[in-house]
Amino acid sequence: MGKSIVTIGGGIAGIEASGILAELGYAVSVIEKEPDFGGKLKNWDHLFPNMRKAEEIEDYLSRKGKTPGITLFPNTTIASFENIKSGFVLKSNHGVSYSAHAVIVATGFEVFSAERKEEYGYKIYDNVITSADLEKRLKSGTPLTTLAGKTPQRIAFIHCVGSRDAKVGNTYCSKVCCVTGVKQAIEVNKLLPATQIFNFYMDLRMHGLEHEEIYKTAQEKHNIQFIRGRLSEVSENIDHSLLIKAEDTLSGRPLKMNVDLVVLLVGMEPGVGTTAIGKACNIEFNQYGYLKIPDVHLAGNLTSRKGIFVAGSCSCPMSVKDTIEHARSAAFEVHRYLIEN
Amino acid sequence: MNKLLPEIFIWPFIIGLAYFSIIVLYRFVRWTLGLSKIDKIRIWKGLRSRKTLDSAIEAFREGLLHRKIFRTNPVLGYMHMSLAFGWFLLIVFGHFEAVAYKGSLSFPVYLPIFFRFFVDGIETYPFMHFFASLMDLLLLFVLSGVSLAYYKRFNKKLFGMKKATRLKSGDRIALTALWLIFPLRLLAESFSAGQLKNGGIITQPLGNLFSLFVPLELTTPVTWLAYSFALGFFFVSLPNSRYMHIPAEVFFIFLRNYSVRLKKRVNTYSLVQVFSCSRCGICLDTCQLNLANIHTQSVYVLKNIRNKNLTDEVLFNCLLCGKCQQVCPVGIELIDLRITQRIESTLQYNSSYSYLAGGEVKQADVVYFAGCMTHLTPSIKKSMLQIFAYSGVDYWFMDEHKAPCCGRPLMQAGQYDAAAVLIENNQQKILASGAKKLVVSCPICYKVFIEDYNLPDIKVQHHSEYLFELMQMGSLPKRLTSEKSIYHDPCELGRGSGIYDKPRKLLSNYTSLIPIMNEKEKSLCCGGSLSNIKIQMSERDIITNNALDEYLQYSPDSLITSCPLCKKTFARGNKIMVKDISEVVAASIVQKNKSNACADKKVLEQAL
Amino acid sequence: MGKFGFSVMETRTVNFGELDNRLLGYVLENEASFLTCISCGGCTATCSAGNLIDFNVRKINLFLRRCDIESLAREIDKCMLCGKCTLVCPRDINIRNVVMLIKKGIVKFRNE
Repeated sequence: MGKSIVTIGGGIAGIEASGILAELGYAVSVIEKEPDFGGKLKNWDHLFPNMRKAEEIEDYLSRKGKTPGITLFPNTTIASFENIKSGFVLKSNHGVSYSAHAVIVATGFEVFSAERKEEYGYKIYDNVITSADLEKRLKSGTPLTTLAGKTPQRIAFIHCVGSRDAKVGNTYCSKVCCVTGVKQAIEVNKLLPATQIFNFYMDLRMHGLEHEEIYKTAQEKHNIQFIRGRLSEVSENIDHSLLIKAEDTLSGRPLKMNVDLVVLLVGMEPGVGTTAIGKACNIEFNQYGYLKIPDVHLAGNLTSRKGIFVAGSCSCPMSVKDTIEHARSAAFEVHRYLIEN
Repeated sequence: MNKLLPEIFIWPFIIGLAYFSIIVLYRFVRWTLGLSKIDKIRIWKGLRSRKTLDSAIEAFREGLLHRKIFRTNPVLGYMHMSLAFGWFLLIVFGHFEAVAYKGSLSFPVYLPIFFRFFVDGIETYPFMHFFASLMDLLLLFVLSGVSLAYYKRFNKKLFGMKKATRLKSGDRIALTALWLIFPLRLLAESFSAGQLKNGGIITQPLGNLFSLFVPLELTTPVTWLAYSFALGFFFVSLPNSRYMHIPAEVFFIFLRNYSVRLKKRVNTYSLVQVFSCSRCGICLDTCQLNLANIHTQSVYVLKNIRNKNLTDEVLFNCLLCGKCQQVCPVGIELIDLRITQRIESTLQYNSSYSYLAGGEVKQADVVYFAGCMTHLTPSIKKSMLQIFAYSGVDYWFMDEHKAPCCGRPLMQAGQYDAAAVLIENNQQKILASGAKKLVVSCPICYKVFIEDYNLPDIKVQHHSEYLFELMQMGSLPKRLTSEKSIYHDPCELGRGSGIYDKPRKLLSNYTSLIPIMNEKEKSLCCGGSLSNIKIQMSERDIITNNALDEYLQYSPDSLITSCPLCKKTFARGNKIMVKDISEVVAASIVQKNKSNACADKKVLEQAL
Repeated sequence: MGKFGFSVMETRTVNFGELDNRLLGYVLENEASFLTCISCGGCTATCSAGNLIDFNVRKINLFLRRCDIESLAREIDKCMLCGKCTLVCPRDINIRNVVMLIKKGIVKFRNE
């Protein structure tokens, strides 16, 4: 067929969509700003709902990335974007030009920077970490301790950090943090059975067939305690343990608790890369700063410009599973477009 | 004397002047009687002191020359000055001319006003030609102001103003009359000059010209009558229009110099200030609420107070940032006037806080009061504790776990009685601590501790002052980085408490500060002010982002402030790194500890 | 009966049909953001007054919606207006205005 495609972003969505298109015979160039591919997946330990190792998906993707027809360009960013008659010409920071009949934007998301929620004390207090930090620690296999090396007696997981919060400008639900929080609570309980674990939530959004089951397991087998109340602030005690304040809304009383470790379940935000590429390609954003799709039911992979497609979490928060599905549908949309044009 | 017309035409002027004099005198008397006994004693004492002369000079400078408006905008200043001072000179020299003509001090009140109608050019009196031309030039001077006023209605930008105040019917009559007075006088004098040859260097040539094609026999008396009516209308409408500010401002200047002060309740001194507003509109342009399309500025509030139609929506929709007060050419106490209105509005529902009693007290040299907001900015709290530990201060963290609010947010909302209960509780504990110093991290608290707490022998310092003092004593490490920063003055600390230089001097040891256009007295509000009860968050965001955009033009590495609320508000904008002044200082301590640790390690390694 | 205190049972039932919702209407009309409360409790947790006395600012919403003016008047009196709740609310509700409106409204409708 000889038609060429440029995919911007070599994470889950970018590699999956490009792999399929390469199998269909297209020449696909994958542009990735990092030295290696796979996106944020390499930071995750186990994936919900079935607790499989993230490496399994990584392996799958690295095989996918070797599909004949795919060329991977690491350490590359897009410097300019130009419209030509047959499609687009993209220039990289290395001065290389890529011509494409279609472009897939798969620039992914950014983890919410928890420093912006200053009252929670991230990067101010030693023992406040994020779910992303915890995932890395779990993956590294080192014992889970406080900064001083003590085994935590009590851990609090805080839901909705950077999501559903007008104060940081993210009014939407990031969809994956609730289940991540419960998943991580279970994992920590398995590692440290003597540690008390509390999850502070506003609403537990366990959508999907299996997620509710994870919640139930956490209650039944892992002794995770759920408190309905939003954290208002964290302060540090002299021994570097943390005093957290929330309302136990079900009993209607303010609650104070000393914990050794606070895990902030950080939400998703449109990445700087997504914003930059969106602007360079001159495609529209939605009110939340993600790339805008023209029809939520029928055109989930299209953008406001013909020939530019979207795959994965640069259009809205998505789990790994959703991202792969979204990437596959993106491949299909691109294929259909290239046949028709 | 010319007998063309019976003197009846002077009556519109006479009636207007009489009405004006009676009303204004009545008001002055009523305002004075409405003051407290102490204020009356102040006036009585002040009357016979130097303050009277000072007031007269100030009234001349501000009421006639409009020096402060000149400083804001020269064209606007000239407009006001030419109208006020020009008219004043016309009246003064008109009287001199009348004296010269009569050769005595007794003449009817209207003679100087309609002089050229009554005095024939054939009659002679000392300096006749000098007076005729001087009066012409003065009239020209006033007319230049009038024409600028016409022009201002159509082109506000020339006057550096984006907005002009909206007019009411009373104002409209007065304004129209005022605009007509001087052109009519020019015409009337020219017509008379055409007939009586008594004109000056402008009116005489004009009169000669008019005599060629205008039936002067008819137009002269009619124009003088119209002039008299214009004057009459102006004087009658003046007390019920914004031009009441002319006599009120003079009265205000005298009262202010006699040390009369605003009270926590509305009294006649509040009214004097309300009536002194000329509705010049300078406060409109300086107000950041404009950005969010909110129209509740001081000039409107004063107007609403005068018209007795002030609503809570207007009254409480104000950041109390104090920028308007800073630029008000009349010097009206706009912030306190608004707070007084808030006190009146909420008088019926002050809380009792009967649950407050005692509380934990610790003995220490220094009491640290972080403030409610600081608990939401733990970086400030942690920095301060690090600094206390570093400099070995014996301190008590008073509101670490529980303490009532300082009371200032209640006061900003008008709830003074409720605030007094909180103040009493905190005050007792601070006094009981035996401390010599109170360090406060929040400028909102700082202001109330300074102004409304009774803490004898205790020095109250905002942490920026305190850190500056520690720095001067050599108790803090200095570490100048290559970072370029902007210092944002919090409203309550800057305009509210006059602390501008100490934070800057302190910061100069750590970072290079970029001088910016709107700083110190002119600094912007972050938009987060607790004083505004009504504003929506989205509207706050507009103000915040606008301020941030202005700062970003200077490409700073960081934005430094000294208020937890400013920090939190700017951080929400998510455009630039925002730090508190205490963090900047604490960072150097951490750095020093680290380098000490490194040095220790080296020593250790060498020893091994 | 009065001896046993059972007579209070009557007022424990919420009778929606008979509620006097003028105050609720007044507050919502003047501060629409109040509609969006999700009862997360952040306000109560951070509350300076709640730190000193049994006071749940979140429940203001409930009392207002149930038109329980008596409880409302008792509770709202405890607020110190410090503004922390407004600063943590994830729905950007202008809670301080709500408090002032309720205070004013209680006086206003009591006198009407």
